[in-house]
Amino acid sequence: MAQEYKLILKHADAPGYGRDLDSYLHHGGYQTLGKALHMPARDLPDGKKMTAQEQIREEVKISGLRGRGGAGFSCGLKWSFVDRKSGKPIYLICNADESEPGTFKDRQIMYKDPHQLIEGMAIACFANDVHLAYIYIRGEMVDGARILNEALREARARNFIGRNILGSGYDLEIHVHRGAGAYICGEETGLIESLEGKRPYPRIKPPYFPAVLGLWMCPTIVNNVETLCNVKHIVAMGGNEFARLGTPNNTGTRIVSLSGHVRKPGYYEIEVGKATMRELIFDPQFGGGLRDGRTLKAVIPGGSSAKVFKAGEKFKLKKKDAEGRETLVETDMLDLPYDFDSLAAAGSMSGSSAIIVMDDSTDIVEALANISEFYAHESCGQCTPCREGSLWMSKTLHRLTHGEGRAGDADYLLKIADNIPGGRTICAFGEACSWPVQSFVAKFKDEFVAKGKTDEERRAGQGNELAKAPAEAAAHH
Amino acid sequence: MINQNNLNVMSFNASKELEAEVDELISHYPVKRAASLMVLHAIQEKFGWISQDAILWAARKLELPPINLFEILTFYPMLRQQPMGRYQLKVCRTLSCALGGAYGLHRHLCDRLGLDAHAHGPQTTKDGRFTVEFVECLASCGTAPVMMCNDHFHEGVTLEKADAITSACK
Repeated sequence: MAQEYKLILKHADAPGYGRDLDSYLHHGGYQTLGKALHMPARDLPDGKKMTAQEQIREEVKISGLRGRGGAGFSCGLKWSFVDRKSGKPIYLICNADESEPGTFKDRQIMYKDPHQLIEGMAIACFANDVHLAYIYIRGEMVDGARILNEALREARARNFIGRNILGSGYDLEIHVHRGAGAYICGEETGLIESLEGKRPYPRIKPPYFPAVLGLWMCPTIVNNVETLCNVKHIVAMGGNEFARLGTPNNTGTRIVSLSGHVRKPGYYEIEVGKATMRELIFDPQFGGGLRDGRTLKAVIPGGSSAKVFKAGEKFKLKKKDAEGRETLVETDMLDLPYDFDSLAAAGSMSGSSAIIVMDDSTDIVEALANISEFYAHESCGQCTPCREGSLWMSKTLHRLTHGEGRAGDADYLLKIADNIPGGRTICAFGEACSWPVQSFVAKFKDEFVAKGKTDEERRAGQGNELAKAPAEAAAHH
Repeated sequence: MINQNNLNVMSFNASKELEAEVDELISHYPVKRAASLMVLHAIQEKFGWISQDAILWAARKLELPPINLFEILTFYPMLRQQPMGRYQLKVCRTLSCALGGAYGLHRHLCDRLGLDAHAHGPQTTKDGRFTVEFVECLASCGTAPVMMCNDHFHEGVTLEKADAITSACK
């Protein structure tokens, strides 16, 4: 049976555990940084030496760690893209702009165990020859910025960051940089522009891959808060040991944010893929099920950008039998293991590992209208399909939820949503705003059509010719 | 927008402390411009909003044309181009909070403070005490509905809790 596995959140909620440095040191804090900084070079069979930095990067690769921010990209691979020969400084930015609706895991780490993040960052910086790093925290987390600044001050005073850290000869400075309420800053190139003091307009890739042309056109690593904390544990336990946690290709633990219509919303750390969606939502040690008398209607599995699952939806997933043969097994949405690959195979994603549960009291059209309003507000406005499309979708959903709907609105929404993503925009926001619309409308089409029809019939009953659907009005001419 | 009269930077009265704070912030970056957002935050923290004169002052500190600061002032929702109420209530309106009653909470606050729950954007009471606005996801979806009162964060805000929060704002 699935259970919580606390690696990152081992101490955060323990009684008596404070976020001060002494508390962290008392629980073995910064020992891993010491180990990393003083790791001896390893002799290779060909007579060459593998530096401490190379060894750490290798361990991260072996660990199979995938980014915890949303894309789930291999961390080791991301680091391997860094241009180390340019002669320019390499920068690291911790992406703490936690804003994907449904997600509240990085908040727990930063507010309750800030030194774990700083240690993870310091190790990641050392491994990548970074001497100046930033924590980009979202503007609304005012207390979070204060907590991190205080933790950095403590760490500086004890030489865990600063000059010649722990006598190793390695220098590192970390500063906190606050955002100011714009979701697009979570996109790594938008974040870099924002840090440079500009509007956070994402950069086009190619050529602006951060690993080569990032902050101030220097090689830059952007990693999520949870990802950087994992780096600490990988160095502490070794990449192979870390890879034993979770499931193949979905290693380690993940903090799942669970919200919406469950009895026990909250954050739960699990081994990746070792709990199913059903367990996370219904098991008493996780979400504890729905409220009395309610049935499940829909689940958004990975933050509001992820495609929605309808209750009862079934998928054909590849499974290996005892003899290692692959067969297709019909799997209910709820029985999907909560990991990167299974959710992707089911056409959605685990994204920022945020599950939003909706029971049968939910008006699905209202729910989508809410999500679309978010994206219309947050589009940076740089690319026409996204800027206009996100607003059209939101306006259409607004009329559908305000008695002005049309039966054709469902198809109209799909038409807009299908024309935003797929290389028409600079960044993945185009996908992020379209996926919810595409999936909600496709899977609950009858509800969207019924709402539009009801509105049309009511208006027709009132003799309001002008308010009739355009197609219908055209048919009269 | 900018005429000769308000180009007078001296009309912005930056204290010694603000000047020192801004200098410290600028020292965090190898390129001055990168400090822009943090400098505007520092100004807003002291004055509650960012005036044109403040922008001109900051532009001089950062050695930038003022337009570089105007373009970020007009982009980021948290930066204020006019004075707001002494207490700013930001209610999260995004999905998980909406499922948890955020719209009812927002309506309740507006009704109690004599504001229009259907109006767009931030609204300030006539006495300048409160500004109420809907904001997007505040990243605490497990304790919906949530809101902020100035820098302070409140979780699981029932209508009673909301009343207690506003009553404590003198």
